[in-house]
Amino acid sequence: MNKAEVKKLSFYYSSVQALKDISLPIEEKKVTAVIGPSGCGKSTLLRCFNRMHDLYPGNRYDGEILLHPDSINLVGAHIDPIEIRMRIGMVFQKPNPFPKSIYENVVYGLKVRGIKKKRLIDEKCEKSLRDAALWEEVKDRLHKPAFNLSGGQQQRLCIARALATEPEILLFDEPTSALDPIATARVEELIEELKEKVTIVIVTHNMQQAARISDSTAFLYMGELIEFGKTKQLFTNPREKKTEDYITGRFG
Amino acid sequence: MTAEIMKDIKKKIYEHKIYDRVFSLIGVILTFMVLMVLFVLLIDLMRNGVPRLSVSFFTSYPSRFANRAGILSAWVGTILVMTVTAIAAVPIGVAAGIYLEEYARKNWITNLIEINITNLAGVPSIIYGLMALGIFVYQLELGQSILTAGLTLSLLILPIVIVSTREALRTIPIGIREAAQAAGATKWQVVKDHLVPYSAGGVFTGIIIALSRAIGETAPLLTIGALTFIAFLPDSPFMGEFPYISFDWLLSPFTVMPIQMFNWVSRPQIDFHKNAAAAGCVLIFMSIGMNALAMYLRYKYRKKIQW
Amino acid sequence: MILFLAAFSSIAITAGIIGILLYESLQFFKVVSLVDFLTDRKWTPLFADAHYGIMSLASGTLVTSIVALVLALPVGTIIAIYLSEYAPYRMREILKPLIELLGAIPTVIYGYFALLFVTPLLQFFLPHLSTFNMLSAGLVMGVMIIPYVSSLSEDAMRGVPMHIREASYAMGATRFQTALGAVMPSAFSGISSAYILAFSRAIGETMVVAIAAGMQPNFTIDPREPAATITAYIVQVSLGDLPHGTIGYQTIFAAGLMLFSMTFLFNLMGHFLKKRFRKVY
Repeated sequence: MNKAEVKKLSFYYSSVQALKDISLPIEEKKVTAVIGPSGCGKSTLLRCFNRMHDLYPGNRYDGEILLHPDSINLVGAHIDPIEIRMRIGMVFQKPNPFPKSIYENVVYGLKVRGIKKKRLIDEKCEKSLRDAALWEEVKDRLHKPAFNLSGGQQQRLCIARALATEPEILLFDEPTSALDPIATARVEELIEELKEKVTIVIVTHNMQQAARISDSTAFLYMGELIEFGKTKQLFTNPREKKTEDYITGRFG
Repeated sequence: MTAEIMKDIKKKIYEHKIYDRVFSLIGVILTFMVLMVLFVLLIDLMRNGVPRLSVSFFTSYPSRFANRAGILSAWVGTILVMTVTAIAAVPIGVAAGIYLEEYARKNWITNLIEINITNLAGVPSIIYGLMALGIFVYQLELGQSILTAGLTLSLLILPIVIVSTREALRTIPIGIREAAQAAGATKWQVVKDHLVPYSAGGVFTGIIIALSRAIGETAPLLTIGALTFIAFLPDSPFMGEFPYISFDWLLSPFTVMPIQMFNWVSRPQIDFHKNAAAAGCVLIFMSIGMNALAMYLRYKYRKKIQW
Repeated sequence: MILFLAAFSSIAITAGIIGILLYESLQFFKVVSLVDFLTDRKWTPLFADAHYGIMSLASGTLVTSIVALVLALPVGTIIAIYLSEYAPYRMREILKPLIELLGAIPTVIYGYFALLFVTPLLQFFLPHLSTFNMLSAGLVMGVMIIPYVSSLSEDAMRGVPMHIREASYAMGATRFQTALGAVMPSAFSGISSAYILAFSRAIGETMVVAIAAGMQPNFTIDPREPAATITAYIVQVSLGDLPHGTIGYQTIFAAGLMLFSMTFLFNLMGHFLKKRFRKVY
């Protein structure tokens, strides 16, 4: 079952083409990894899913990303990016909690949606913190500033914040690149647990990470999709020469 | 996601977008209303003041008769006071800025100085006037003179000069300092040969901004007892005989542009109000001119030096 | 060493200010008790029946400041949000310096504007408004303060890193929700120091109130009435010729001490607020 399908997607930063004709399926409740050397367009691709590029002037999409079951085109010109972002969550490279309390961070998305029922908000807050494996560590200090948490905890808080609104797809943009190895391992574990509940797309520059946690992997190079396949197959038996070069560390 | 929820969310988004638009509109309207006030102020001032501007307005002393009064003693006073202010504030301010940025070690004294400078910037200008009245006028017996006025204003702008010097120094990359020191320069040589010349543009801009603030200051000068009616000029600084330069003018009583304007505004007769407007035009021309100059310099130096 | 002395001069200024204010005020408080100073409702130091109740001056300062801040804080903040989050780059580059020009205009000119333009305009709507009134002085002072608020707040908001904004937008927030929910809390320390500076400006402002609010001490909270502020009183005394060492001369230092304490407390508070809320992104 596909949750989404990227179809002939191209993307332009004003006149520079950053993505060329990319097509790949995103399987429901699976982890899809996007790998490639820096500057290959993997983050650019990810940020098309929730239309982050719309925040800056001069950017243009071509082609489509269909979100199932209603087959709405995520990058369609007449589709409201705000609506898209409400359905698709994102976790960023650097933990970026708001300078507010832990509680307020988690419920931010609910407040944005105009939900006011305190009971409901409290319930969702607890649930998403549990899902993000953070509840036990913070339940006694929900109303303390989020900045006091460690980097790894902050990143899990950002995951909880994204989970609170029950997104259909959760995007991870190199979520562990700013974390130490222990915190990284915890986030990876978490991602594996989360795929029971939500479809995940993760961009990573760390090939081992992609191999460990993803079900399918896409390899991007210079804005083009070189190869897409089951993770196991792609890492053990790549079809393309370039993929092989990259995963064996000959460039990148 | 069910269609029902989707419909709900769409409604919410629609609502939020309306707030967003409304706010954006309020933002534009308020911004332009504020600019409108600026515009109205300038127009009103010019409408009343420009007809009074004439050569004799610049070359006459104040008078009991509004149509004969002029700003000669005021603009001469302003220039003299500003000269003293600049001479006093610039060396001290720049030196302090260099010390704090390049020499000072982190300890409680530098910390105290920094907090203190920030606080001084928030002290009302009239308080400086009171201090000057107590110390310069009565303790040091400098009287209600140009010297007192210049020193008072120099204290007032000292924090501005210090802060802008530090900011200018901070834009110089650390590599320049290391390169010079690696070539065997002493700290003082680094400061003298590199940092001061490279930061000169920024420092100069800061000084002009500071002086443009001092030029419009009225309250501290009133407090030290500046007279509002002066019908003579201070002694000339140049003399026909030895030693050719005189400093008597420093101790002369004075008036300055904003005080002259204040004096005219506070009279009940409309004719004097016209004089006030005319003086205001000259004053605003001076201070906006200085600000424009500073903006231009900042723009020019930013373009010239590329790190 | 010379450089250090230069840096130290700023401490000397503060010491000089505090020293002279305390010295002259102490002379004053030998004659007038502190209780009278703070509780008497009349301020008539130059009359035969002298009263020294600073509150009737402080009330003038407070009323004009409140009028000014009620105008300047919201308007300045909204302009800052607009410039930082909404306005296109070019527009911001033009509008910001133009608004800052408002802060470069000498205050005596604002006084002129308040007395001879704004007051007649207000009298059109409020026919019984007196020629000198705190409303007009306060409003004009508010306009004068707007650039301080808007410029400093805008700097603070623009200093908020983009990834904080992106976190909010990614949740489906509008620009307005992002500005209010993510950018403003992140810029809190900068915005609060802008507010504190605005407050110090308002209570320390002299010429606008001296020209437009009148010089009569008046214990009132009605902004439509004329009233002297602490600063206007100091100007009024300075315009006369009070001999050095008399009680009348000392009153302006006592008034100045009151003013200085108010701003000093606020600045200090601002400093600690800033320290406490400074965030490392």
